[in-house]
Amino acid sequence: MFEEQGITPEGDLIVNVGPQHPATHGVLHLVITLNGETIKKVEPHLGYIHRSIEKMCESLSYRQFIYVTSRMDYLSAHINNHACALCVEKGLQVEVPPKAQVIRVLLDELTRIASHELWWGAMAMDIGAFTPFFHAFRERETINDIMEETCGARLTMNFMMPGGVMQDLHPNFQARVKSFIQQYKHKIGEYAELLTGNIIFKNRMKNVGVLSPEDAISYGCTGPTARGSGVSCDIRKLYPYEVYGQVDFDEILETGGDSLSRYMVRIREMQQSIRIIEQLIDGIPEGDFQAKTKAVLKLPKGEFYQRVETARGELGVYIVSEGGTTPYRIKFRSPGFSNLSVLDRIARGGKLGDLVAMMGTLDLVIPDIDR
Amino acid sequence: MLNDELRANISQLLTNTSFEEGGEWPTLTLGADELLPLALRLRDDDALFFNYLFCLTCIDWKTHLTMVYHLTSTKYRHSLVLKVKLDRDKPAVESLSFVWRTAEFHEREVYELFGVDFIHHPDLRLLILPDGWEGKNPLRKDFEDPINMIRL
Amino acid sequence: MWSFSGLATGIDAWLTQRFNPALSLTIEMVLAGIAVITLFAVLGLVLVLMERKVSAWMQIRLGPNRVGPKGILQSLADTLKLLVKEGLTPNSADKLLFNFAPFLAIIVAMLLMAPIAFAKDLQLWDLNIGVLYISAVSSIMVISILIAGWSSNNKYSLMGAMRSGAQIVSYELSAGLSVLSVVVLVGSLQVSDIIKSQADGWWIFKGHIPMVVSFVTFIIAVTAETNRAPFDLAEAESELTAGFHTEYSGMKFALFFLAEYVNVFIVCAVGATLFLGGWMPFHIGHWQGFNHVMDYIPSSLWFFGKTFLLIFVIMWFRWTFPRLRIDQLLNLEWKYLLPISMVNLLVTTAMAILGWHF
Repeated sequence: MFEEQGITPEGDLIVNVGPQHPATHGVLHLVITLNGETIKKVEPHLGYIHRSIEKMCESLSYRQFIYVTSRMDYLSAHINNHACALCVEKGLQVEVPPKAQVIRVLLDELTRIASHELWWGAMAMDIGAFTPFFHAFRERETINDIMEETCGARLTMNFMMPGGVMQDLHPNFQARVKSFIQQYKHKIGEYAELLTGNIIFKNRMKNVGVLSPEDAISYGCTGPTARGSGVSCDIRKLYPYEVYGQVDFDEILETGGDSLSRYMVRIREMQQSIRIIEQLIDGIPEGDFQAKTKAVLKLPKGEFYQRVETARGELGVYIVSEGGTTPYRIKFRSPGFSNLSVLDRIARGGKLGDLVAMMGTLDLVIPDIDR
Repeated sequence: MLNDELRANISQLLTNTSFEEGGEWPTLTLGADELLPLALRLRDDDALFFNYLFCLTCIDWKTHLTMVYHLTSTKYRHSLVLKVKLDRDKPAVESLSFVWRTAEFHEREVYELFGVDFIHHPDLRLLILPDGWEGKNPLRKDFEDPINMIRL
Repeated sequence: MWSFSGLATGIDAWLTQRFNPALSLTIEMVLAGIAVITLFAVLGLVLVLMERKVSAWMQIRLGPNRVGPKGILQSLADTLKLLVKEGLTPNSADKLLFNFAPFLAIIVAMLLMAPIAFAKDLQLWDLNIGVLYISAVSSIMVISILIAGWSSNNKYSLMGAMRSGAQIVSYELSAGLSVLSVVVLVGSLQVSDIIKSQADGWWIFKGHIPMVVSFVTFIIAVTAETNRAPFDLAEAESELTAGFHTEYSGMKFALFFLAEYVNVFIVCAVGATLFLGGWMPFHIGHWQGFNHVMDYIPSSLWFFGKTFLLIFVIMWFRWTFPRLRIDQLLNLEWKYLLPISMVNLLVTTAMAILGWHF
């Protein structure tokens, strides 16, 4: 596939970045053509962590398949589960009790903060600043501890199920979330001091990987990647699910389209998530945390599509049912897959150092891309 | 309702349309040769303005394959589902990667997992499967792998 | 006051008494060599440990704390591990150059030790072109990096080496110019003269703003010259995995690693010597009483205190700044630092001629 010497006829260098490379944060394999330091082409090769989740789900029942999806975008495992649960509920036409809805949204937003924290640290590490990583992990650990107490797991929560959530919240949940919010508000200033306000950082990010709004839509970019280009695509606002329609929060839009805009979208989004949590944490309704559902779920014949906003963008779950206990075909439209496809477009003409900044701000999670 | 307006709009555009009943969004079933012209019209028509292809996949119905395209408009926020029936032995359909760029990657995925041939695709190569993959397409219903596949 | 010159002359007298002059000179040279190698090893261990402790402190964690009391033996354990590891040579590498490069790096670092005054009268070789010697020898460092990158036959290594070449050659200019501004004021290239000229105050205080400017330029330029973050483009682990030493392992890697830290020590020592008075205690003009009190602090303590302060500053850079991009790096040098240090040298020269400094 590649020439023996790794050099194109024009004399450009072909460099393999990955599948084991510090900047890809996983097993992404990019074949890049370099002219000196300038990138001429980026070609992603996928499949190093493809587990064929779609095929696996075809032989799992509607209760079982949700747990596999935690392993897709493992940083927003909760939101993946949420999407699947919502899709099954859409088919079953089950009404989720208000308490379960609030719990789901609370955990979703906590997951989003944790995911953005990890992104922040990892992206800073990509462009050469190590210290933010540890500061980000301090907050992320707190969230993971809260999750562990309620869900029993720190990363792959598996807390959602069709009809509601697995169990009630832990009694400590409210107090710990409140103290986390206090801690977080105190620390957010540190982030700005450490990285956002740094002149080197700004120069590394500004006008790097500019993505026009038209390209963002055409390439199917979603989430903070598209919102950094000014494309309104927050599923929580456009197609509200659960209690997102009742809470007050802003859809963050930046118009620059460059890496700095994408960065700022995520930083500001974390504060919006805090806002949502603050509104909901005191008013968790009383009642059931689960709707009554049958032991064996059977979806009626038909097609069901559910989209949710994960930390990376729009996750679509498309279930084709033949009326049995297992899905006939299931498709996950993962945000990372489409966001990755734009990399070649925005990376061309940039420097090698820009590539890691772009990959950082696209927030690629490889298991999410490969599924 | 949004969907009814859309149905009326599209009916004007096409002479013999048949919308599938049920489902969240209006669903059109087309022949393989009708797809590309319709896609271009859907994207470029100012009243429809379907500029965002948010999902592209394929379903193996054992007798035939069905390509499913989920479209939406970022301007009007209406959505449409296009379905194309394909022959199972020699599936081929016009590529939409020039209409919506996101289709390029999704079509490559469908190409290797279902074996659908996308005509005029700019770069139809294996994306996920290892180079030199021989054998059946993994997401087809008759795919068997005695070593790696676990039946529950 | 006790000084090292007594010790040196004592050893010299004792040796010449017993052996003929040629043999005693040889023995003295061997002793000096052993001293340098020991200092080298100790510096490597101390600086690696210091880096890890400083980074841990900045990153709200503890750092090494298991090996020995408070983890002070950690770098010893690391060295032991690197010693027993296999030093692989890639099949397609240029084997001679590949194995030669780390030694060149370490030889350069050792040569640079010669003219540095560690304390009063403790200097291996007080040659009359000391500063020129330092800037000349330190530029050989880039050759070892280029050899390492080229001979590895690895694209990452090659790119790292090329980046490093561009970087070191450019930043040598402003480092040299800021060193020159001190030389202009002193009127001598000899290290002992430079230190002696600061007996009534360090140059950074005596030289008004131009000296402060050249001190800052010097620190930025030497950070770049030693390939330390935020100028660590030659290694840039998120872009080039490990840059020019991607293919190195075991002791060969350790030599590069050691050379990096010793280079950091040397440039900080040079900075301390030129701008902060080297081993010269903190003196203020003609305040005899104050100066006398300051003299009670041993000169070696002054030297190492100042040097480690500068090392800490350079480590501080590394753990708080993101990395620059290659074009920004060269822009910084050619568009900002070089013009600034040229103008600064001009101003300093005028100052020296008119005698405006203290």
